[in-house]
Amino acid sequence: MSRCLLDIESISRQDIEAILARSKTFQPAPGEPFKRTTILQGRSIVNLFFEASTRTRTSFEIAARRMGAEVLSITSSGSSVSKGESLVDTLNTLGAMRPDAIVMRHAASGAPHFLSRYLPVPIVNAGDGTHEHPTQALLDALTIMDRRGTLENLRVAIIGDIAHSRVARSNIFLLSKFGAQIVLCGPATLLPRQMGQIAPGIELTTDMEAAIRGADVIMMLRVQLERQNEAAFPAAEYFSFYGLRLEHIEAAKPNVIVMHPGPINRGREIASEVADSQRSAILNQVENGIAVRMAVLEKVLAA
Amino acid sequence: MSKLVIQNGRVIDPSTNFDQLADVAIEDGVIREIAANIDDSGAETFDASGLFVAPGFVDIHVHLREPGFEHSETIESGSRAAAAGGFTSICCMPNTQPVNDSATVTSYIVDRARRHAVVNVYPIGAITKNSDGIELASFASMKQAGIVAISDDGKPVMNARVVRHAMEFARALDMPLIEHCEDLHLSAGGNMHEGLVSTRLGLRGIPRSSEDVMVARDILLAEVTGVRYHVAHISSHIAVEMVAFAKARGLNVTAEATPHHFVLADSDMLPYDSNYKMKPPLREQPDVAAVTQGLISGVIDAIATDHAPHPGDEKMQEFERCPFGIIGLETALGLALEQLYHPGHVGISHIVKLFTSNPARILSLDRGTLRPGAPADVTIFSADRPWTYDVAKSPSKSRNSPFHGRNFKGGPVATIVAGRFVWRLEDV
Repeated sequence: MSRCLLDIESISRQDIEAILARSKTFQPAPGEPFKRTTILQGRSIVNLFFEASTRTRTSFEIAARRMGAEVLSITSSGSSVSKGESLVDTLNTLGAMRPDAIVMRHAASGAPHFLSRYLPVPIVNAGDGTHEHPTQALLDALTIMDRRGTLENLRVAIIGDIAHSRVARSNIFLLSKFGAQIVLCGPATLLPRQMGQIAPGIELTTDMEAAIRGADVIMMLRVQLERQNEAAFPAAEYFSFYGLRLEHIEAAKPNVIVMHPGPINRGREIASEVADSQRSAILNQVENGIAVRMAVLEKVLAA
Repeated sequence: MSKLVIQNGRVIDPSTNFDQLADVAIEDGVIREIAANIDDSGAETFDASGLFVAPGFVDIHVHLREPGFEHSETIESGSRAAAAGGFTSICCMPNTQPVNDSATVTSYIVDRARRHAVVNVYPIGAITKNSDGIELASFASMKQAGIVAISDDGKPVMNARVVRHAMEFARALDMPLIEHCEDLHLSAGGNMHEGLVSTRLGLRGIPRSSEDVMVARDILLAEVTGVRYHVAHISSHIAVEMVAFAKARGLNVTAEATPHHFVLADSDMLPYDSNYKMKPPLREQPDVAAVTQGLISGVIDAIATDHAPHPGDEKMQEFERCPFGIIGLETALGLALEQLYHPGHVGISHIVKLFTSNPARILSLDRGTLRPGAPADVTIFSADRPWTYDVAKSPSKSRNSPFHGRNFKGGPVATIVAGRFVWRLEDV
């Protein structure tokens, strides 16, 4: 693994297992506060968020601080980013300040890949356009492991706007490396046929009940209206066909896990009763985000 | 009286079906004679032993960016890149600033070319004013000023009624209409070919159908109007089939392909490298195979580069913000040899035809021939000399090529325009 974490597709199962194993050591015991370390004392990390994000940015900040690193967060409003400075110039400027790593979110797919070719500083992708969100997939994997003990031989339904979802892509690449059976489900216009070929073990369906039948894990995606150039489905009908309700849960395995990368749209893609149910792992995901990002930052900065 | 004799080369002229070892004598800028052992007393000589001597290559699709975008390319720098690629005549698309949609702009380009270009430059005029696709541009006066075809290249003419009228007008003026085939509604927001690669990379796709529906529409309208219709930069295997269909119906339909479309597929793209970003986009392996086959069979008439310079700062951005297009004049012959000649698909004379007599015929240019009395535009090339493309040394003002560092077998050795060397390989 290079010093960057740009995507899940290009890293190995062994790398993923190593990150997850390390993440476990950062998880707090039940009822205990989060662990603090000084592993990254004296190191500096810049969080560069060209796109609005509260939870991911905060999660990276907390992860960095809990390891003793200095962290500076820059968001696109209130910085030179919004003054028309090009991406390369912004990064060159930051690079000249010699941070030890840059955590970056950007609305353009591949923006971190592009920059990593020109910058010597390690880059952690915190979400690039409609491409990947690698730490989300890692924290989702950790959450599944917590509840199931394994990532092997699971049936995972991913439901929603598949076409525009970086969370879906990262999860597909990760789960498929562990032999999962992955069912992608959404309205036809948001479910490109080619998604069935991006990794082994993928089925596509537009029928939500078929997707959920026998599922070990249900991952709901946010309906990302801002990522669509035009409405590709009748929004008014969305919840009736692709909203997760209690009756769906009954078709899945009895101990099914319901996940969502957040922020959730209650009543749009997920009913409140489901989001708040015992089956929901949504808050575990948030908590695991910190442990996973600690492991990732440690790995990236270790060199 | 200046005299030049190119000696001992294998002279290939598809326009006269000539293919023999011979000397070529040039006098006062005109081809004088092709024969064995021409008397070279008092003449400058060039030893072309082991080389091919062909009519000067003609590229019917380039962007010279002048006027308006001189930081990307000028008529002079673009013409020097052409000469380095073995091209002696180039036809420049009208998407300058201002757009070449009037005799004034055409005259400006003709005048600048006369003073600064090292090769022949033929302007192509816009189909519609400002290439907005609404109101027809002044074809007749632009023709008087020197345009050789009309096109809104860079954009399609989306309105079928407007393009029909343009075709009727073009037919009356006996000028070809060149279409950039792209349905803008289908391609909206797209940055690369829509397929498995775009899906993996999370990039919005440009579907093959955006090209196909326009080719289909235009072929139907070409039949109605009888225009000489030319498909620019064909890239879809279905579009190639449709051009074959149009030819079988006896229509005046021709097509060109760019080297990048017959060499590269979307899967060859380095992830998010904008040197692989162009319109139409690099498509899939079956498309590359169909375009290659089209060039072999004659369904596709010509190789054209779609040389599209963009300066580094425009290409050094997020992939989706980068402009479309790559430069291609210097690598065209090397790529044609690589994909068509070395694998044994075609002989050298077929390669020469795709670069000379065919493109000249499409635009009715008095070029692409070594017939005695014709202007002495000559391209001398090797089919086996190994070389490596270094884009940093390009005479173009731009550096956007996916072929930097590629190793070639064969390429241009010398370029002669009107009897004068305008480019020579330094180490020959």
